[in-house]
Amino acid sequence: MRDFAELYDEIDTTTSTNLKVDAMARYFRTAPPADAAWAAYILSGRRLKRFIGPALLWRWLIEASGLPEWLVSESCSAVGDIAEAIALLMETAEATKVATDVPLADWIEQRLLPLREAEEAQQREAIITWWRTLPYRECFLLNKLLTGELRVGVSELLVTRALADVFGMPRTELARRFMGEWRPSAAFWQALRSGEAPVQEASAPYPFYLASPLDADVQTLGAPEDWQIEWKWDGIRGQLIRRAGQCFIWSRGEDVVTERFPEVVDAAMEWLPDGVVLDGELVAWREGSVQPFAQLQQRIGRKKLTAAILESVPVRFVAYDLLEDDHADLRGKPLQERRARLEALLAGAPEVLAVSPLVTAACWDELAKLREESRARSVEGLMLKQKASPYGTGRQRGAWWKWKIDPYSFDAVMLYAQPGHGRRSNLYTDYTFGVWNNGELVPVAKAYSGLSNEEIAELDRWIRSHTLEKFGPVRAVEPSQVFELAYEGIAASRRHKSGIALRFPRILRWRTDKPAQEADTLRNLQAVLDQHRGRKEPN
Amino acid sequence: MQTAVITHAHGDHLRHGSARYIVARPGASLAQHRLGSGQPVTAVDYGTPFTVGAARVSLHPAGHVLGSAQVRIEHAGEVWVVSGDYKRQPDPTCTPFEPLQCDVFISEATFALPVYRWAPTPQVVEEIVRWWRANRDRGIASALFCYALGKSQRVLAELRAFTDEPVYVHGAVGALTDVYRRAGVEMVPTLTVTSEKKTDYRGALIIAPPSAAGTPWMRRFGEHASGFCSGWMRVRGDRRRRGYDRGFVISDHADWPALLETCLATGARRVLLTHGHSDALARYLTERGVSASALQTAYGADE
Ligand SMILES: [Zn+2]
Ligand SMILES: [Zn+2]
Repeated sequence: MRDFAELYDEIDTTTSTNLKVDAMARYFRTAPPADAAWAAYILSGRRLKRFIGPALLWRWLIEASGLPEWLVSESCSAVGDIAEAIALLMETAEATKVATDVPLADWIEQRLLPLREAEEAQQREAIITWWRTLPYRECFLLNKLLTGELRVGVSELLVTRALADVFGMPRTELARRFMGEWRPSAAFWQALRSGEAPVQEASAPYPFYLASPLDADVQTLGAPEDWQIEWKWDGIRGQLIRRAGQCFIWSRGEDVVTERFPEVVDAAMEWLPDGVVLDGELVAWREGSVQPFAQLQQRIGRKKLTAAILESVPVRFVAYDLLEDDHADLRGKPLQERRARLEALLAGAPEVLAVSPLVTAACWDELAKLREESRARSVEGLMLKQKASPYGTGRQRGAWWKWKIDPYSFDAVMLYAQPGHGRRSNLYTDYTFGVWNNGELVPVAKAYSGLSNEEIAELDRWIRSHTLEKFGPVRAVEPSQVFELAYEGIAASRRHKSGIALRFPRILRWRTDKPAQEADTLRNLQAVLDQHRGRKEPN
Repeated sequence: MQTAVITHAHGDHLRHGSARYIVARPGASLAQHRLGSGQPVTAVDYGTPFTVGAARVSLHPAGHVLGSAQVRIEHAGEVWVVSGDYKRQPDPTCTPFEPLQCDVFISEATFALPVYRWAPTPQVVEEIVRWWRANRDRGIASALFCYALGKSQRVLAELRAFTDEPVYVHGAVGALTDVYRRAGVEMVPTLTVTSEKKTDYRGALIIAPPSAAGTPWMRRFGEHASGFCSGWMRVRGDRRRRGYDRGFVISDHADWPALLETCLATGARRVLLTHGHSDALARYLTERGVSASALQTAYGADE
């Protein structure tokens, strides 16, 4: 348990997500399989029910410490936590603290679980002996386990990230095996590592169908009546899966984010029948309108999901497609039919489960006008979906278009970083970004601003630990981090390798939800350029 | 006040407004530094008696900071000892606490709860060094907050067991460190942080007073990890409330076992307690048959 206690301490003394993930990865690499399985179980928020009530622990503490009750009481209120107070008060005779290190799995399976069946006298005897012999950190951890209050500042998402890193396995693959119910054991761990652990089929999402940016004149799409038109939400694309008596939410980045949206889960469990999969958008929602994406990030970001965040950032799942109904895959059916079934399914549902409203217009010009309202409505533009289309896979062009508004934005991969100037000269704050072209990343923009100080600090740490090469002050970094960049104008340029020059590029946000492969392509940017050739842009 | 007998140079124990100040000789330069050069400071050796009015007075080491003293007062056949702030752990920057016998003992009680118990200092300083190295590996600076007088120099002296690398210090720490060096205390080399030249602080250890935390002065270090050296860091809630990344439990005060041992060893028939959790210690001693009570003073809880 010593290594696990050290890991707990490392996680407890940093606020950096990356350091937490690194610490977990280091532990998982060296821990015996059964220990690693239990650690992953605990870290991912799967709780062990409490073994001993606080009243008994209190009584035994008074007896074992030899202190008067009033003094134990005063000490506890100064400390504010009985598990910690016990560890502090029992850390007396340093000399006896030579307990041999018992593995975490043995602690739980051979010592704690049998405690439930033991007589009170045996429980007392065992616990007081442990208190007297365990070093502080382990004693603290033991008490947290005993009281069933062991909370660690990481989420299932971060544990999955660390495990994927350790096993060299895609996160999606890993998450499908790790999620849901499992019994922590060496066998489970080996199976997880070798990829033989059964996929939790019930949880598996369908591949997301992705819209392409509209790069042609909208008039060329034919009759507007053939298109289902919706607002383009600024949230997290997700699949809400209701199967096998459970509920799962997968994000577009193929992460399981179920635990981050408890109110959506509650509503889904209450309203949806088994065998249903919805495609839609998780958005922050308050007083009848969608809130900026930055708010939603608090739900998925590094912070523990507290009651305060749940209250200050209410969310909705805005559904726009029905992929599975009554256990049947509907993806081959025309969108029109899926939409009708979706509306019927969610009629009268709790507000948290909303249907994305349709936007109607008599002609494309009228629609273009409506699109101008996007900013006022806090949406990113319009989605145009062919009513007759099946639900495709990946980014098949032609059936789904996203018709975004200016400022133009695109997703790019960070390639290089260098230190800033003045008071930021100790931090990597100047970045170069690239987009895909024939399987290669081509630099297209430099950007300096747009991140919060906290993100800058985190990114700086990431850059330092993911440098591939150094050229003077410039570091080439692992091309894995995606950022959404905005720009004010686009022009052709011979001076740039990419053939385009962007005006005023800036960072809109760090897309930790997006893998690098899904960043934009140079072709997308060129299409925007072609579309706007008529406009005068400075060279 | 006509004559002030000073136990040590911390702000809550040293006030202006007296006609003369008597201090233990090793602490004279510190007291002079704190009071200003015009003030009449008289240095006396530890253990050498002098008279104040009808009382026979002597100063004895308290082990708190350089030149800190307990004050022994003998008058009409009765002996009183005022401990001032003290600790019982070894400290390379000052003379160790000297146990005295007395009738009435006035003791500090800053950390008088059984949860406060100090690990040996070298063990904690080793933790600091490991933390510093880990931050260096990440390419960032380590800002260690310590009280400018006493704690900073004690850490700088204890660091000698691990390194001879220079440590950066805040101006307030630097000035006092110079006084300590002139008094013959050996510490690792220090460089005072200045505003003039561009210094690359990545990987460096910087010692600064807690008042510098979160101020614009910290910006020059870029991204850094922060640690705080204090007895209060023993409790996790205090660590988290104060917002430092790490807490290192090093105190210049006596912990619970040292307070008990010291109060009982004086043989005093009455113990008066000041600072912090004085009520708890008073009650505990009373239940053990020692007449003890809390005493209101103007002392603070910081140093
Ligand atoms: Zn004091
Ligand atoms: Zn003091």
